[in-house]
Amino acid sequence: MTVLATLRTLWTPLQPSPLLWLGATLLAYLLGQRVQRACRGLALANPVLIAILAMAALLEFTGTPYATYFAGAQFINFLLGPATVALAVPLALNLGHVRRSFHGLGLALLAGSVTSAVSGVLVVWLLGGGRAIALSMAPKSVTTPIAMAVAREVGGVPALTAVLAIAGGIVAASIGQSVLRWLRISDWRAHGLAAGVAGSGVAASQVAPLNGLAAAFAAIGIGLNGLITAFIVPLMAWLWPA
Amino acid sequence: MPLAFVILICAQWLGEVLRRVLHLPLPGPVIGMFLLALALATRARGWLGVPVGTAPLVRTAEALIGNMGLLFVPAGVGIITETDVLRRAWFPIVAGLLISTVLGLVVTAWVMHRVSRRAESRALPGGRRTT
Repeated sequence: MTVLATLRTLWTPLQPSPLLWLGATLLAYLLGQRVQRACRGLALANPVLIAILAMAALLEFTGTPYATYFAGAQFINFLLGPATVALAVPLALNLGHVRRSFHGLGLALLAGSVTSAVSGVLVVWLLGGGRAIALSMAPKSVTTPIAMAVAREVGGVPALTAVLAIAGGIVAASIGQSVLRWLRISDWRAHGLAAGVAGSGVAASQVAPLNGLAAAFAAIGIGLNGLITAFIVPLMAWLWPA
Repeated sequence: MPLAFVILICAQWLGEVLRRVLHLPLPGPVIGMFLLALALATRARGWLGVPVGTAPLVRTAEALIGNMGLLFVPAGVGIITETDVLRRAWFPIVAGLLISTVLGLVVTAWVMHRVSRRAESRALPGGRRTT
């Protein structure tokens, strides 16, 4: 048997089954994690970003349509729903912190959520990006699964929101600490909350190992910002009819 | 683990049902998250385990959240169907991303910092008031 025939024998059972793209997605993510570890946890070497770029390149190279890819990868995508619901658990575990600094927390969350949603929409609109892009930008500081669901709800582009959410997380994780220190904000609660609100999971995973209180407030920020933004963005879409 | 998934999926399902019945503009999983957080904060505190944080639900949630990055790769790859949008509007996208992320970060941290400072100096009468 020739090499080509052997390859075909190996390839054929994979092609029509969901195994191929399911496995490839898992491998791409694993590769991303390895790369980030090799870069000593550099925020820019984000495993999700690496996995998305690698899969996009692979689909382009093999001429595979996105629909074919998604038929396999949908089993991973399905878990986004339960994972979003699971955010309730860290929220409930940190309830004591929420009760203790209720006023500051509520004000800071509201101010932060409104600022990032409104400023994102305004900048895109002022620079002529159009409604669909502006509404994809609006929920991007929320944790990605909620951001995508909100974007779908208001007529944005969920895939664009997903990429924006990850990119925003990388920006917040890369410069957040320096910006806040430059503003002389040294409170760990403020650092954690800001990371959770502005950079969701990506920035939270960067501050969480530094301080327990920061980790708790980042978890609170992710969960509650998700809730607040899920209310604000549909309201903004309603005020800005297509 | 199976029970934990039953809890999560039931909360999501309830969220979807409420969304349809009440015509809420919120995604079903977000309503589910709110319902579960409410339950865990009140009657269903026991689901978090005794002592708190030891239940399978907590471990399952941590596993899902810890690997959440993997879960949005399939949706993110969908960006390949949007390349013309990126090419056409890359500037507003990049500018909006940078400006709104930095503003959100700064405003959240600054308000949190100021309000908790004020609360602490009020809690300690005669205490040193710092700005």
